[in-house]
Amino acid sequence: MSKNIGMQVVVTSVKQVADTVKCFRFVPVDGSDMVLPRFSGGSHVVVTMKGKDAAGNTVTYRNPYSLMSSPDDSSCFEISVLRTENSRGGSHFMHDQVKEGDILTISNPVNLFPVSAGGRKHIFIAGGIGITPFMAMMDALAARNGKFELHYGFRSRSHGAYWRELEERYGHSRVRTYCQAEGQMIDFGELLEHQPLGTHLYVCGPAPMIEAVKKSAREAGWPDENVHSEEFLAPPSGQPFIVKLKKSQRNIMVGEHQSILEALEAANVDANFLCRGGACGQCETAVCSADGEIEHNDHYLSKDERQSGKKIMICVSRLNGRELVLDL
Amino acid sequence: MGIQFKDETFRDSFTFKNSPQTIKRFPFPFPEDKYMYSVNIEPHVPGAKGSVYEHLFDVDEHYVSEMRDRALVLKEDPLRCQALPHMMTAQWDLLELIMECKSKSYPEHFTLEKQGDKWHWINRPLGIDDTFTFGDVSTLPYEPMEYITRQTQGDFAIMDQRDNNLWMDAGMVTTQADWSLDFDIGMNFMEWHGPVPLAHQMGVFERALKFLLNLQHGHPVRRLNWTMTINPRLDTSPENYHKWGKDRTEVTPDNVGDKVHLRVELQSLWRLPRSNAIVFPIRCYLIKMSELVTEPKWGRRFHRVLKDLPPELADYKGLTRYRDTVVEWLSKYDDGKPTSIGFGLD
Repeated sequence: MSKNIGMQVVVTSVKQVADTVKCFRFVPVDGSDMVLPRFSGGSHVVVTMKGKDAAGNTVTYRNPYSLMSSPDDSSCFEISVLRTENSRGGSHFMHDQVKEGDILTISNPVNLFPVSAGGRKHIFIAGGIGITPFMAMMDALAARNGKFELHYGFRSRSHGAYWRELEERYGHSRVRTYCQAEGQMIDFGELLEHQPLGTHLYVCGPAPMIEAVKKSAREAGWPDENVHSEEFLAPPSGQPFIVKLKKSQRNIMVGEHQSILEALEAANVDANFLCRGGACGQCETAVCSADGEIEHNDHYLSKDERQSGKKIMICVSRLNGRELVLDL
Repeated sequence: MGIQFKDETFRDSFTFKNSPQTIKRFPFPFPEDKYMYSVNIEPHVPGAKGSVYEHLFDVDEHYVSEMRDRALVLKEDPLRCQALPHMMTAQWDLLELIMECKSKSYPEHFTLEKQGDKWHWINRPLGIDDTFTFGDVSTLPYEPMEYITRQTQGDFAIMDQRDNNLWMDAGMVTTQADWSLDFDIGMNFMEWHGPVPLAHQMGVFERALKFLLNLQHGHPVRRLNWTMTINPRLDTSPENYHKWGKDRTEVTPDNVGDKVHLRVELQSLWRLPRSNAIVFPIRCYLIKMSELVTEPKWGRRFHRVLKDLPPELADYKGLTRYRDTVVEWLSKYDDGKPTSIGFGLD
């Protein structure tokens, strides 16, 4: 929801924790009576960044990042940001511009990847930066003696963040690391085959890894309800196109590296959003007509809904064509 | 000045009544002269001073007597309060939410002091002064949800969120309009709304569920629901149907004013922070027909709403047997004049 963007925080520490990963710590702005809310493991916040593009124009970036600090610690929030190669601006801004003392705006925590409260045992499978939501989940589970194990794969020892701390904190019986550079791989089939009833499986990482884990789970006879995944989906780039707003009678250009949602925000159109990653459904928008083909990039709409061409998730999906008319 | 709490009953002698100030703040639920379901959800933010919306957890003159009635219900039937084991984190979330809200809203009646996880809670109207360790159940006389909801007006259902659905996995339900926690516990959102007529075909529940799954911490929402109750009885539960069902046959033209009540539920929905569960407080307000008609717009409008209510809804709400008698009684207060749209008084 567009209301959910208004918490100001100070950056109190920026730490390089792996080759391309920085950890940021946020606390409430001095003198404000704001208290950081408690949250549940798996929650993310959307960070709003005001930067400048190559031409010197102000650009607003909004990216979702998992909270990785202890949910029981209301003194600070921590997130980790991977510097992505094809950054649309946000991750480079966080890495290159944000320093201690800066003020950022973050949303309230939202959880689209919760731990299933009734689960008897929890298996976490992380790939690379996908470790972050599990850090808060494990913290909360450990506090109430919940049973879990983490299987964490990364490219090299210097690319992987936090693996040493996690091994130390939870021990090798609960934390297994897999270093690709050393030829170690998670054997999903082996891992998923002999688990007790009531076990829940959570996977966060690159799309191919999520698909492979889901496939192994299906083959091992896991019920879909016990398999959970989160993939942070950055809005993909594409050719520019025009969005026509039927109700407000406006034409807005969506740029190559912009999402429809971002283009609307840049034009001061108030649109609903929550996750900005195609998962939550909040930004579902009715399509009046499309001159071109809609590229559905979300995880939310059903096959039928996509085929109908009547709906689009404007945070990640776009048009391959000339003009899209939305009922806004 | 604090609230003057009344000493009254919601059973046997039925001495409940509203003071003139409390009638004025009654949450009359009809913005127009007819009624149909809608997803009438709005942000639950503090409202006008003196109204039931002024504070997010409203405390009124009936507080002490309502809590005494709840204790009586629980004594006879402990299953009115239940929580599945995985709901303990949500129970603590709820205790924190209510204690923080009430101590801020009503400092003259409630005080919360925190030293780390050592909490000190004072509830003056009920004479409670307890120190406990947040997170340690053994330091409270009841589990956290039962402890705090024995001190809070309204029923409470706590819903766990999983598999893209909401599951009723805990609750305190003693002032309900004919539904049972013991029956519904463990059910999901679609299952426990199964009996509601018309609304399924309208897609109301699919939309409501989709909305609730995205409910955010810090942004609670509310809606009003309504039914009618004969005698000011809070506990109209299926378990006790044998006690109250027959009341419906006792409505006569002479006793409508005192015996027939409009029952309004102020329902709010809150995301709980640590557990990611949703708590659903259902706060019941009762008003006698004789009290309702002291406000001319309410008398006119309720007459029209009740007269034209679709029969399926009248049946579902259990009004069919006495509806005509009440409509006839209310007609004396409806001179046919137009009413203004909305909740404002004419």
